[in-house]
Amino acid sequence: MSVNVENLSVAYRSRRGDVTAVDNVSFSLADGEIMGLAGESGSGKSTLGNALVYLDPRMKATGGRVTVDGRELPIANNNAMRPRRMTEVSLVPQYAMSALTPTRKIGKLINDLLKSHHVKDRDEVYTELRRRLALIGLKEDVLSKYSFELSGGMRQRVTIIMSTLLNPSLLVADEVTSALDVSSQRAVGEMLIEFRDRGYIKSAITITHDLSILAQIADSIAIMYAGRLAERAPTSVLVDSPLHPYTQALLNSLPEVGVRHDQVTLTGIPGRPPSLVNPPAGCRFRERCPFAFAKCVETPPFEEIKPGHLVACWKVSQEHADMAGTGQGLPVREKV
Amino acid sequence: MSESISQAPAPEVAATGLPGGAAEAPAPRKRNEFVYYGLRNPKLLFGLTVETLLVLAAIIAPFFAKYAPLTTTNIPIQHPGGTFWLGTDLNGYDMYSQLSNGLRESYLIGALGAAFATAVGLVIGFLAGWRGGWLDEILQLITNVLVMIPSLVLLIVIGSYLTSRSILFEGAFIGLTTWPWVARAVRAQTFSLRSREYVDLARLSGKRPVSIIVKEIAPNMASYLFLVVILLFGSSMLIAASYDFLGLGPSQTVSLGYMMNQAANNSALFYHMWWVFIPPGAVLALMVVALLIANVGLDEVFNPKLRES
Amino acid sequence: MRRYLSRKIITYVVAFFIGVTVDWALPHFMPGDPIQGMLAKYNVANTAGYQALYAQFQASYGLNVSLWQQYLNFWHGVLSGDFGQSIFAQGATVSSLIFSAMPYTVALLVPAVLLSYVLGNRLGAAAARRKVLDNSVLPLGYVLQAIPYPWLALVVVYLFGPLWHLFPTSLGYDQGLVPHFDWRFISSAIDHWFLPFLTVFLVSLGGWAIGMRNLVIYELENDSSRYLRALGSSERVVRRYAYRNASLPQLSGLALQLGVVIGGNIVTEVAFQYPGLGNLIFKAIGAQDYFLLQGIFIFIVIGVLLANFIIDLVFVSVDPRTRLSMQGAAA
Repeated sequence: MSVNVENLSVAYRSRRGDVTAVDNVSFSLADGEIMGLAGESGSGKSTLGNALVYLDPRMKATGGRVTVDGRELPIANNNAMRPRRMTEVSLVPQYAMSALTPTRKIGKLINDLLKSHHVKDRDEVYTELRRRLALIGLKEDVLSKYSFELSGGMRQRVTIIMSTLLNPSLLVADEVTSALDVSSQRAVGEMLIEFRDRGYIKSAITITHDLSILAQIADSIAIMYAGRLAERAPTSVLVDSPLHPYTQALLNSLPEVGVRHDQVTLTGIPGRPPSLVNPPAGCRFRERCPFAFAKCVETPPFEEIKPGHLVACWKVSQEHADMAGTGQGLPVREKV
Repeated sequence: MSESISQAPAPEVAATGLPGGAAEAPAPRKRNEFVYYGLRNPKLLFGLTVETLLVLAAIIAPFFAKYAPLTTTNIPIQHPGGTFWLGTDLNGYDMYSQLSNGLRESYLIGALGAAFATAVGLVIGFLAGWRGGWLDEILQLITNVLVMIPSLVLLIVIGSYLTSRSILFEGAFIGLTTWPWVARAVRAQTFSLRSREYVDLARLSGKRPVSIIVKEIAPNMASYLFLVVILLFGSSMLIAASYDFLGLGPSQTVSLGYMMNQAANNSALFYHMWWVFIPPGAVLALMVVALLIANVGLDEVFNPKLRES
Repeated sequence: MRRYLSRKIITYVVAFFIGVTVDWALPHFMPGDPIQGMLAKYNVANTAGYQALYAQFQASYGLNVSLWQQYLNFWHGVLSGDFGQSIFAQGATVSSLIFSAMPYTVALLVPAVLLSYVLGNRLGAAAARRKVLDNSVLPLGYVLQAIPYPWLALVVVYLFGPLWHLFPTSLGYDQGLVPHFDWRFISSAIDHWFLPFLTVFLVSLGGWAIGMRNLVIYELENDSSRYLRALGSSERVVRRYAYRNASLPQLSGLALQLGVVIGGNIVTEVAFQYPGLGNLIFKAIGAQDYFLLQGIFIFIVIGVLLANFIIDLVFVSVDPRTRLSMQGAAA
């Protein structure tokens, strides 16, 4: 496995005590896998992704272990992480528009970064840089420009180039398509795939709240809810036959192109995610879940229902156990 | 940098856009939140306490003076302690009486200066921000020009031509030279607030401009404006001190600046009469420091981002 | 950049215009008659003689023409450097008085402003990085900002003069010396210069330190710093970038602070009887020498505008946004 995350928990320090934003999350990525990490705002997906690269001083890792390419990633130790950033794990931030310092030319900025990492053969890197700029559709003179001279789309592309310049094993792309129009979204998505195919990055985690993007570019999808993983499966499986009630509701609430409002009413999911300051016991979705029953006050384990398909839901586990007994496949549920 | 606003970027006055559409009225919630954090902010508490004590002193202390500030006791060069708590100067004036009256005068001038500056600055800043266009350009030009001219120099030039010198004039002129700071802040706030969604919403729903101004814009601007006014209060006091020190202050009134002027003129330094020249400036510095620190604390209360964890 | 500079230049021209106009207009619209004040010294009892003298003074001071003509004459005087005769220093032209006082003020102001700016910035930036340093720099800075200029001047005079006898505390150079470019005079001048310089320097220092500290803290926490850290940049590089970004608004702040420092300079010169422009203003007020006052005011306005312009040029050269931006920068 290229990336292995075991029982990772991350908490925010706040006035009212520690808020656990990521609660006991485990998953792994194979070499070359692009995983989409989806969930609503406050689900913890951004915290999870960012924690793998740079743990904000306000956050602290309260448990778990991360390994990349067999070596442990010391995410709680800022000094130890520094040489690993950009080289092994890298981040394309949510704030790409303001990520580039306004008073330094792009080329000099890259130079400073390379110096920070004591990169010996800078000329080689620069040749590669120019090649990639051309690949991504940017002219070489971008290196002698300042960030404010570039359009939003160009800045986005520059950050992608910068973040992947030293061929990291894991790239975390945080909401890279959220601020873009549809055609730009597609371009960026294709860029990620291309970079993976060319070996510029080994595996990637794409964080987003937009499932439709993931359907296009991700190999697998993980759904997060209230700090925990709800479901994880290969993309086609998750999109066609989701098992977790939350995932089903999510997919259901997506508007279909071409459908008019007098044909189908847009439904959301009634209720709100629980507060993470004092989370409820057991399954965190049970207040809003149409299938909740007595067992749901215990925390459901994130277990493998089918090969490569993990779900944290008592209902699903029960049905799986029943099915295993009768030897039939899981029933295909109607869209709720 | 005494007579100015801090150089930090203007704190964005947070609009209370509540997610999820819960039906809580924003205004009372904000006030309670401010009171909650306000009572727990050490800087604000320190500044407020010191300032309150000083204001109380300004009100009460003169009543304990045995002599009027400009009536000589005929017993000059007395060390503090004994009959004269703060001693007397070369001319025999009671230092305690002068200091306690000086406190009053300085607070008065600070308030007057801040009041004038706020009145003028509010109007100009608001007009510029609300209307925009060429009115804005002209008002900005005037503001920028006035900022460049050193206020004390302008005050000196104006004041030296005046025959009558009253504290009202002094306050008015100080206000008239420092209003640009208020105007800039108000303009920036008005600009940013007038294009906010809830203002558009109010406009769309047919509310009249005055109502929009009063209900939507003013409350959000109030906190930032409050910060600016506090700083202006302090700087007015300092400018007045310099002005009075140069002998241009109102005659027959004892202010802290006047006391320093007298100390210099009557060789208090030469005669090592520290009780004549140290207290007035030290007290003024204390008044201003308490304001500055309270201001920082208040800034933290209004802007959650600044609160340290 | 062109729009930025041209906008600034318009402001300067308008400021100069307004400055000259206000300067000219003030004495005319103030209560009181300057000529009467002047004539009062002469105790002329004879009414006819008084009227003749009055007419004479009016003519010689150019006050016998229409208001508009006086205004134009004033402009003419300003542009040709002729500010008339001083009233109290009989025989000396206003310009000569100003020019002999100017070097002292410049020698005082320029080093004090520059040094307090540079040191204050470094101090503030250092305080932004180290909490320990911050805990002492911050209160110190606020206290310095709050100290009234006259008070610090008096304290400094007292400590270094009557108490410790370390430095001379009045005048610009030892009495008995004549301004010359010889070592004896210059060393004496420096001796007399040091305390006023120290006073102006100290009060300004606090403000810069606090301002820079706040700016650097803001920059260290903004998105571009976060990104640099996320890409494994050393903290030294992050700090360097933060400092550079913070210097820009700080530089604009310098232009705004000039007015304040000049005010403080005046007070300091008066406290030390230092023979600069501030002291000259003081004497002019005392002697009701309106021409001298008018002349000094114009000079100070010109000086401030010039300093602002220099700062604008420096700003354009260090801020790439103003240099390259297509739109005009906000004033």
